[in-house]
Amino acid sequence: MNIQVLYFAKLREKLGVSAETLDLPDGAAMVAMLLDVLRARGGVWTEALAAGGSFRVAVNQELAEMTMPLEDGDEVAIFPPVTGG
Amino acid sequence: MKILVTTDDFDLTTEVNALRENQPQIGAVVSFVGLVRDINHDHSVSCMELEHYPAMTEKSLQEIITTAQQRWQIIDATIIHRVGKLSPCDQIVLVAIASMHRGDAFAACEFIMDYLKTRAPFWKKEHTPNGAHWVDARESDELAQQRWSKPAPH
Repeated sequence: MNIQVLYFAKLREKLGVSAETLDLPDGAAMVAMLLDVLRARGGVWTEALAAGGSFRVAVNQELAEMTMPLEDGDEVAIFPPVTGG
Repeated sequence: MKILVTTDDFDLTTEVNALRENQPQIGAVVSFVGLVRDINHDHSVSCMELEHYPAMTEKSLQEIITTAQQRWQIIDATIIHRVGKLSPCDQIVLVAIASMHRGDAFAACEFIMDYLKTRAPFWKKEHTPNGAHWVDARESDELAQQRWSKPAPH
């Protein structure tokens, strides 16, 4: 299944990518598994997305937990804690 | 309700007048304006850039207003948040709440700002004489938001 992944702010700069489409195996059906796939790239990916690290995930523009299920065509955004206002 | 994310500046009086226009049941308007400081954590800030997640921003602000409406009597609300390049003294954010009585408007305005600071997808990058860096989220903002989940003192 295809998942659109977006990165923002410090994470976008650190990872060097703002958006990509990932073709995930059907078993990777929740946020935690998507993160495992990204961490497996090693280097900055492993470091920036370490479990318990300082980042948030939104699925289809809503903040989501690690256990949030993913479906084909979902938009997942990964970003640092917000600092607006 | 008015929710706007823009690079343009705003005028408080214009926004408050529009908020309360032709609504004689409004007895109170509380507004908050956030500004760019020239000092943050002991270093000087020459300018800052505000990035956001366009598809999510207005949706999250709408959700914050809806949550506030479940707790307080809100007649109308305006949220304006600027993005792009901003300089010290510039206005960043406006939250204005109209209600029948001041108590609802004061509380809802503070609640919306606390939620906006911890849940709306905006990020600040500060430019200083020593280079640019992304602002870290502050624990005090998280605590300010969490206090709303406790029962309100009476």
